[in-house]
Amino acid sequence: MAETRPRTLFDKIWDHHVVETLPDGTTLLYIDRHLVHEVTSPQAFEGLRAAGRPVRRPDATIAVVDHNIATDSTRLSGITDPESRVQVETLEQNVEAFGVPYIPLHDARQGIVHVIGPEQGLSLPGMTIVCGDSHTSTHGALGALAFGIGTSEVEHVLATQTLLQKPARNMRVTVDGVLPPGCTAKDIVLAIIGHIGTAGGTGHVIEFAGEAIRALDMAGRMTVCNMSIEAGARAGMVAPDETTFAYVRGKPHAPKGEALERAIAWWRTLPSDAGATFDKEVVLRAEEIVPMVSWGTSPEDVLPVTATVPDPAAAADETRRAQLQRMVDYMGLVPGQKITDLRIDVAFIGSCTNSRIEDMRAAAAIAKGRKVAEGVRAMVVPGSGLVKLQAEAEGLDAVFREAGFEWREAGCSMCLGMNPDKLTPGQRCASTSNRNFEGRQGPGGRTHLVSPAMAAAAAIAGHFVDVREWSAQ
Amino acid sequence: MTPFTTLTGIAAPLPKANVDTDQIIPARFLKTIRRTGLGKSLFANFRYDEAGAEKPDFVLNQEPYRKAEILIAFENFGCGSSREHAPWALLDFGIRCVIAPDFADIFHNNSFKNGILPVKLPREVCERLMEDARMGGNARITVDLERQVVVRPNGEEIPFEVDAFRRHCLLNGLDDIGQTLQHAPAIDTHEAKLRASQPWLFA
Ligand code: SF4
Repeated sequence: MAETRPRTLFDKIWDHHVVETLPDGTTLLYIDRHLVHEVTSPQAFEGLRAAGRPVRRPDATIAVVDHNIATDSTRLSGITDPESRVQVETLEQNVEAFGVPYIPLHDARQGIVHVIGPEQGLSLPGMTIVCGDSHTSTHGALGALAFGIGTSEVEHVLATQTLLQKPARNMRVTVDGVLPPGCTAKDIVLAIIGHIGTAGGTGHVIEFAGEAIRALDMAGRMTVCNMSIEAGARAGMVAPDETTFAYVRGKPHAPKGEALERAIAWWRTLPSDAGATFDKEVVLRAEEIVPMVSWGTSPEDVLPVTATVPDPAAAADETRRAQLQRMVDYMGLVPGQKITDLRIDVAFIGSCTNSRIEDMRAAAAIAKGRKVAEGVRAMVVPGSGLVKLQAEAEGLDAVFREAGFEWREAGCSMCLGMNPDKLTPGQRCASTSNRNFEGRQGPGGRTHLVSPAMAAAAAIAGHFVDVREWSAQ
Repeated sequence: MTPFTTLTGIAAPLPKANVDTDQIIPARFLKTIRRTGLGKSLFANFRYDEAGAEKPDFVLNQEPYRKAEILIAFENFGCGSSREHAPWALLDFGIRCVIAPDFADIFHNNSFKNGILPVKLPREVCERLMEDARMGGNARITVDLERQVVVRPNGEEIPFEVDAFRRHCLLNGLDDIGQTLQHAPAIDTHEAKLRASQPWLFA
């Protein structure tokens, strides 16, 4: 029956994971992979303990610490903030007590949960993947259904390996054409969010499609899917293809040999059928995409690097005017000011959006043979210990160090103000992360979201620059 | 989850509308690793002054309401963020039932998940119950989930509506997990099928 109607990628993965449909239409959905970190799991384990319940499938679960840890040389000598320390220690006690596989801090495989899942082959096409973290959407790049859940749901998955869910609606964002030089996956996704808004994907799962998306490597697809949550979507995904299969091949936990061939045969059946219908469709032209910079305090407030700061007085209505004024004030901007005239204090290259080896290479290509501007603090934080080792093997650390960038250990770092890496009030930051909310990178901090190349270029110039004007070495 | 069948207890009057989750449990208490122990921070901004001393005029700082098990409030109770710390804090304080004209959606859901019964009754009924509650320890209110009635101290019975599925779960002490575990055979079957067709998912 399910075979007769053309289905989307989302429909197919959903249907495959339905354990039961309950009388009220709620679906009991099977979960293939559960990623756990220290911030959203303590109450879930506490609940299991109180009810005397075990973890149903420790083998489908993986835990790692990333949010609270330091990313400098002090990281192994103990966390100073008492609350952060307790969260990390609690996770360590919980994985021990419940037999959940764990990647400890001193392990080279440690890193940001959304970087290590794909890197370890723990996230695979066709899977349902959850984590108590909104940026779980990242894993959708593999052609998986991956979404963030709350703490009660974390407990529910630990105990039952299922979730009670209502189906989402289908949305497709197609990016046709060829991306111009100097533009990246980050610019694509910032342009998409600027176009559809932070509520543009609400209630939907977004499938990213089109020539420009297919041309992206896996790192780029992860950058795009990572930020689908910033467009309000439940999840983002890209259909698995040869690029995906080549990426998965050889990953530590990925199937091998005959099992891999069998898996690939199934994965090939997953892309949306011709004639499948989407509840919402958006089409963008890649040729029209330019390097983007967010200027406000919501990820939809983005501009081409060539633009100027908007004037609140020109807003269509009173509400929007007040909103714009608040953003201009918080961000310390002057209407009409050129984006390229904005001087930065900090450049942060990292986060689950842009901390993979490809991102490191893109930033290093800009940094090579140049120097960070006087007074700018520039940090490069690889997404995992393995990304760090790979970058060092390629000599990228030396490139960064010679240019005056800090080369750090893996973790969430300055993506959120939860560990020692924070902006101080009023500091302006060119950041490759995903959220520019007020205070996100530290109280009073001013975040401008950009691509790794744009962040590196801003660090060197001391202000935003159009990276297209720079020849990458 | 403790089953909820019939509860007879002291009701605290909180004659306010739009009691949001930030009022129920302010954000500074969220960095905890426990869902228990939040009771002392329930309504912290109303209950304590800046030095941390109790404000005697807040209802939950007064006898007999320190032992209240029912809370009576006005419209849109529990609006704001989706934080589950709000029902956790109420429950840890000892509140098992909130009566109000209506509730914010997520809070309403989260309450059932945590064994708290939200009862929706029209504003004028809530006002009468508020008067009852003001009589303190002499006026116990009964919330009978089996019969779906609230019994006033004078014996008057007020019927209320509740979702049949949610009622079933509360009466039997089934949280979402307990409920799902009733489908364990279906989960087992699904897993067995997967093991055969996609063995790589079982490392
Ligand atoms: S890098 Fe940032 S967005 Fe990603 S998981 Fe860490 S804190 Fe969340």
